Amino acid sequence: MKGVPLDWAYVAAFALLGSLLAALPFAVVWLLAPRSSYSQKRLTYESGVIPFGDAWAQFHVRYYLYGLVFLLFDIEVIFIYPWTVVLRQLGPLAFVEMLIFIVVLAVGLAYAWRKGGLEWT
Amino acid sequence: MMAEAIRVVLSVVIVFTFVAVGVALFLVLMERKVSAWVQARIGPRHVGPYGTLQTLADLLKLLQKEHILPAGADRLMFGVAPVVVAVAALMSYVVLPWGPGVIVRDLGVGVLYFAAVLSLEVVGILTAGWASNNKYALLGGLRSAAQMVSYELPLGFSILTVAAIAGTLSTVRIVEAQPYPWYTYPSVLLAGLVFLVAATAESNRIPFDLPEAESELVAGYFSEYSPLRFALFQLGEYGSLFATSALFVTLFLGGWRGPFGIPFVGPVVDGLFWFLLKTYAVVFFFMWVRWTYPRFRIDQLLNVSWKLLLPLSLANLLLAGLLVAWSG
Repeated sequence: MKGVPLDWAYVAAFALLGSLLAALPFAVVWLLAPRSSYSQKRLTYESGVIPFGDAWAQFHVRYYLYGLVFLLFDIEVIFIYPWTVVLRQLGPLAFVEMLIFIVVLAVGLAYAWRKGGLEWT
Repeated sequence: MMAEAIRVVLSVVIVFTFVAVGVALFLVLMERKVSAWVQARIGPRHVGPYGTLQTLADLLKLLQKEHILPAGADRLMFGVAPVVVAVAALMSYVVLPWGPGVIVRDLGVGVLYFAAVLSLEVVGILTAGWASNNKYALLGGLRSAAQMVSYELPLGFSILTVAAIAGTLSTVRIVEAQPYPWYTYPSVLLAGLVFLVAATAESNRIPFDLPEAESELVAGYFSEYSPLRFALFQLGEYGSLFATSALFVTLFLGGWRGPFGIPFVGPVVDGLFWFLLKTYAVVFFFMWVRWTYPRFRIDQLLNVSWKLLLPLSLANLLLAGLLVAWSG
């Protein structure tokens, strides 16, 4: 195995062996740590009062709006990555093409801005 | 084949050990010392010479404490989240160039891989906040997600600016492409500034530490986490702080290269020396900022990203593209 598959073998090893190494100290905790159970201890922390209701409640839609705008931009960023590598060889033509692409992006940002999609209210 | 397999395993073990000792343990101590100096205190000084063993003692204590699963928490997700955060930070070390030839693996898509892996941390943090069944944790997790995705874009664009100037995504070749041509300096400088601001926000540090704002959210997304899992979050946080600083050094400060090209011991030792020196200096800068400035309000924080840094970094990318396209 060499070249690109080997590259990703390294990445996979870091993911798998890394998780293993990160989880290893849990064995030490399992051996050393005391265990006792009573129900009050497991209550979640809510500034001292007994928590009421569920934490999995509705939350504000604005988080979702930011998520949406981010998703659009993030996908478009992916297209720019290969462009940076070949820009020098392709020269002005590649630049003009990217200019058009980024102007379209900027129009999108201006639209979201104007529509109040970027307001925290 | 066998030799390669040994190298893979060894590199994981070495990097993990470095991240645990040289980054997590050391940076926690450094943070406490730096904060003490900034606030005219002394900081830890009782455990070991000058308090150097303080965080090791803390770790030993953490290992002996009981794990508490909060009532009503999602057991699986609660356990997985800290591991995801820690491993995401660890994985970014694959592409860090420590010195000439000293790199775990020089991926062709280096900086793209780096950005992709570090953004996995958002997933871990959001999971942690959601799985804890705690309102503070959920709010902290959501804020963190909103903040990290907002600042990921300017960060990405400033990385792209440098990649366009260097003409490659590989971290090693970006270091070799420096010094950049003189006419790109304004663009590089601007990208560097945007990177610094965005990296501070990405690592959830003051003045962008809303996700863990103690005075309003207890500890944010890891409020409910007890000993070792808490330690894993710290490992991830400081691991990614160091990795981001190292990427800053790689992209903007010449990586492993020393000033004036004076050789001392040998290329590899010199490279390691300069790379670590520069990276710890950048880490120190982040700590200095953290203990000097107050916290932003969340609407200000998001405005800085979307209405200032994003248009600025987009324009900067175009400027760099213009310079590169017409010069080469």
